[in-house]
Amino acid sequence: MLKKMKKNTKNNLITYAMVTAAFIIMQLLISVGAVSSLLEGLMVPLCTYIVLAVSLNLVVGILGELSLGHAGFMCVGAFSSAFFSKCMRDVITAAPLRFFLAMLVGIAVAAVFGVLIGIPVLRLKGDYLAIVTLAFGEIIKNLVNVLYIGKDSEGFHFSTKDVMALDMAPDGTVIVNGPQGITGTPKDATFFIGFLLILLTLFIVINLTNSRDGRAIMAIRDNRIAAESVGINVTKYKLMAFTVSAALAGAAGVLYAHNLSTLTANTNNFGYNMSITILVFVVLGGIGSIRGSVIAAVVLTLLPEVLRGLSDYRMLIYAVVLIVMMIFNWAPGAIAWREKYFHFGKNKRGAGK
Amino acid sequence: METLLDVKNLGISFGGLRAVNAFDISIKKEELYGLIGPNGAGKTTIFNLLTGVYRPDSGKVILDGVDITGRKVTDISKAGVARTFQNIRLFRQLTVADNVKVGLHNQHHYTAVEGILRLPRYSRVEKEMDDKAMELLKVFDLEDYADHLAANLPYGQQRKLEIARALATNPKLLLLDEPAAGMNPNETGALMEMIQFVREKFHMTILLIEHDMKLVSGICEKLTVLNFGEVLAQGETSKVLNNPKVITAYLGE
Amino acid sequence: MSFISYLINGLSLGSVYAIIALGYTMVYGIAKMLNFAHGDVIMIGAYAALISMTQAGLSPVIAILIAVVVCTVLGMAIERIAYRPLSKASSTLVVLITAIGVSYLLQNVALLIFGANAQTFPTVIQWKGVSLAGGRLNISGETIVTIAVCLIIMAALITFVQKTKSGQAMRAVSEDRGAAQLMGINVNGTIALTFAIGSALAAIAGVLLCSTYPSLTPYTGAMPGIKAFVAAVFGGIGSIPGAFIGGILLGIIEIISKAYISSQMADAIVFAVLIIVLLVKPTGLLGKKIQEKV
Repeated sequence: MLKKMKKNTKNNLITYAMVTAAFIIMQLLISVGAVSSLLEGLMVPLCTYIVLAVSLNLVVGILGELSLGHAGFMCVGAFSSAFFSKCMRDVITAAPLRFFLAMLVGIAVAAVFGVLIGIPVLRLKGDYLAIVTLAFGEIIKNLVNVLYIGKDSEGFHFSTKDVMALDMAPDGTVIVNGPQGITGTPKDATFFIGFLLILLTLFIVINLTNSRDGRAIMAIRDNRIAAESVGINVTKYKLMAFTVSAALAGAAGVLYAHNLSTLTANTNNFGYNMSITILVFVVLGGIGSIRGSVIAAVVLTLLPEVLRGLSDYRMLIYAVVLIVMMIFNWAPGAIAWREKYFHFGKNKRGAGK
Repeated sequence: METLLDVKNLGISFGGLRAVNAFDISIKKEELYGLIGPNGAGKTTIFNLLTGVYRPDSGKVILDGVDITGRKVTDISKAGVARTFQNIRLFRQLTVADNVKVGLHNQHHYTAVEGILRLPRYSRVEKEMDDKAMELLKVFDLEDYADHLAANLPYGQQRKLEIARALATNPKLLLLDEPAAGMNPNETGALMEMIQFVREKFHMTILLIEHDMKLVSGICEKLTVLNFGEVLAQGETSKVLNNPKVITAYLGE
Repeated sequence: MSFISYLINGLSLGSVYAIIALGYTMVYGIAKMLNFAHGDVIMIGAYAALISMTQAGLSPVIAILIAVVVCTVLGMAIERIAYRPLSKASSTLVVLITAIGVSYLLQNVALLIFGANAQTFPTVIQWKGVSLAGGRLNISGETIVTIAVCLIIMAALITFVQKTKSGQAMRAVSEDRGAAQLMGINVNGTIALTFAIGSALAAIAGVLLCSTYPSLTPYTGAMPGIKAFVAAVFGGIGSIPGAFIGGILLGIIEIISKAYISSQMADAIVFAVLIIVLLVKPTGLLGKKIQEKV
């Protein structure tokens, strides 16, 4: 027992140490100018992806349900926080404070969406749950694209038609401009903040998993009927995992939004494609393995950029990674083959039924 | 001894088929009671009715004076009914110790925030849970497997772990669904001893479903025989087993 | 009069959804998996027909046949290579994630071969259609043919499943795979046949879809694919008449929403239909209820 606890703790410390070391090395390389500006510009998005992957793993690996709408929560966090920051740009001039508050706004709004969407969605399971999360993700993206918000001396104006329909006084400014999104969000996000957010995400997900509540969540994953029979409140714990995951995705969205001067919602950043990209990280890293998610996000984000020729094949690589990883890890034939020749892969944690 | 479980006129239909009809049973505290009957007689359905998996369409279930009829599975577990399953249902990707700790879930509390922030109560309660889990595992000779994944346990040990997990919920009534299924005679013998030991050590009331007549006649004080969803005979073990109707139902005309 | 023409357009789009939904519903009913790549098979079918017509200069009928052959082979290959090794995997999520991978693979292979630019799809139907009510209501040839093809396919498929030996095998596998195997039914063969039929239908759907909406990109199949799945769920997954009714209703809902509510919101409305159906009646309009065994 004691040995196991130590092993677990040691394992988690390695994850924290790895992330910290990678950050320090990268920071050093940047300060001596050994990193191309392209790669340097990739650091904040990379932090975003890591946070997204780790948070999605909470739902896919720990809760054992497939969410295809993770980008939707990121979208909610991004837009709500960018809206907040743009409104507060002149009110709160201290960037760190403003960003901190924006972060709280993004997390809170995403968590609320997590609860609102989670309550109906979590009544379903398996394929149906996956497809409904996809539907919610697409609906969020669609709604953001028809949202117009303006502000004038009388206060806020809303519309789902166009800017004219906002009917603002001449002094009014458009804040959210439909498909054009939000422009002029302060660029408050930095690599260091991204690094801190990764640590926070790891801390929350790892500690939740290794607690009474985390055990309940994994028990539901492994056998829902047995979990109920020992008195686990299935709805409560499913919702807990889903909401924490949504809130962290929201945080990733805040980071993402404050790294861009123009924030728009399209398929590639907040739609289905993004949700799948994150899923690829989780699958490659090993479903249920937190450290794996981090490593996979780094490798799959940087590899196509470092090896220039690969960037055209990026999505193709993702597709092949998904198929090969799934068959290699889960096909009974492949498992038998691996055990015969390599004797590993027996003690893997995996997605539930 | 006073009555712990009192079931009256319990019944349920599935699409016109009366799976269980007018089922009565009364179990006293610390009694070891057997529920037997041919395949398809409705034994597991009764377990599912008692534990809230199905809602009965007639009848009442009183546990220790409290009406638990039609309550949800989780609430019935909290009220004090624990069970095992015919086809073993463990948390396969959790360790053996963690399986038991999930069973302890409602006995030991701290909030999710305390867990995430690792506040003092987290360490204290986790320690309590570890100790309690090890204590239970020792009863079943499973302490050496504490760190193993439940999925990697041999079959017989899995059955034992399921009982340990059920006991961890601190139940008043323990329902065992074919605990000896798939065991050889030696293992069955050891299991019989263990069930009796559990009853004495935990002062447990046990209702078990079993096919193995040797196990039933060896340890159960009372029996209910079920046939086609109805009670065929009920009472002390030796009398029930000599009942001509029971012999007919089991051996045929 | 415009309402009637919207209704007819909806019927036409719905017919395409219905044909695609058939592929989903048969595979889901028999192989118990959500073949996420089904929509992308449609796109491949459309490209196959397009190349046959524009590059090889073949007649539309031959082009459709080629598309059908290409998709049938592709569908069976996908089943054999990607899904069958996982048919005994412990979790349904595993197969779903693999199917998403296949969907991505098809899209990106098409992207590398054909490029991202939209290609104009020549119509395969030369008929101008009919003009009713003194020219105020025009129904295009594509619309009429699409609806007619959908009805023919539906009738043929129901006959096939009810009357033929292979159809009976399909129903048996869908009821209980293990029992079917014990009765000597070739389960793998039956599943392969299901994929073959579903993919052949996808080819036809692809050609019909692109004849009505003549712009073809590697992503053309994805959205109709997902919507056809919505249609299959709406009608009751596993049910052939359900796929038909679900497809038609969804097509009409989409076109009417585009016309009267907002064209940008039409997709959101279609997805809202899915969410409502799954929450209110998860078995769909014609589906069967399955009780979980404890």
